Amino acid sequence: MTMLHTVNKSPFEKDSLTSCLRLSEDGSTILLIEDAIYAALEGTTISDSIKEALKTKKVFALQEDINARGVKNKVIDGIEQVDYAGFVKLVTEHDTVQSWV
Amino acid sequence: MKLSIQVNEGPYQHQASDSAFQFTKAAIEAGHDIFRVFFYHDGVNNGTRYTTPPQDDRHVVNNWSELSAAHDLDLVICVAAAQRRGLVDEGEAERNGKDGNNIAPGFRISGLGQLIEAGIQSDRLVVFGD
Repeated sequence: MTMLHTVNKSPFEKDSLTSCLRLSEDGSTILLIEDAIYAALEGTTISDSIKEALKTKKVFALQEDINARGVKNKVIDGIEQVDYAGFVKLVTEHDTVQSWV
Repeated sequence: MKLSIQVNEGPYQHQASDSAFQFTKAAIEAGHDIFRVFFYHDGVNNGTRYTTPPQDDRHVVNNWSELSAAHDLDLVICVAAAQRRGLVDEGEAERNGKDGNNIAPGFRISGLGQLIEAGIQSDRLVVFGD
């Protein structure tokens, strides 16, 4: 069974992303939206955890929220960007969705 | 595919209501059926028609109402969460002895059973909010 995990809070505000990284299974997909975009950036204290996760999981980030924050050029290599249509597609392509709110 | 959406956050709080709205719109555009949008916790505040944002700001409540009118969306507000936050429709106003109601067009007030049903009847349930 495939699971899509969505995270919407900055890792510097809440532990939801850390919990998600710890509890999500290998092969699952994580989508970063809203302030969780800050987890997708190069050069932060959480960047290494994301790069580690990328070895076993797929990580996506929502394009609109990246652009809203003006950080398009700082997104970690290997993180794929999707728009809302892509978000919908990810939801339908996975068996279940777990929102880490 | 049949999708349902749960909104746990009020309008103009962080971003969840906007995200849920954009997601719902994109899902409709992709040809999916929206079985229900369920507003829970502070999310019930998305359904009060007295919301009056500045003219140059987006109108989160009207956006939902208009999307509901255009696509016959079932927008359901949790009754217990609504009562705590002073959101009533005609029936609830009368039942609780209030002097008016404030529910926005397209929304209806009902119980948590509607969320459970949405979870059972839909292929996917996507949660937005705090």
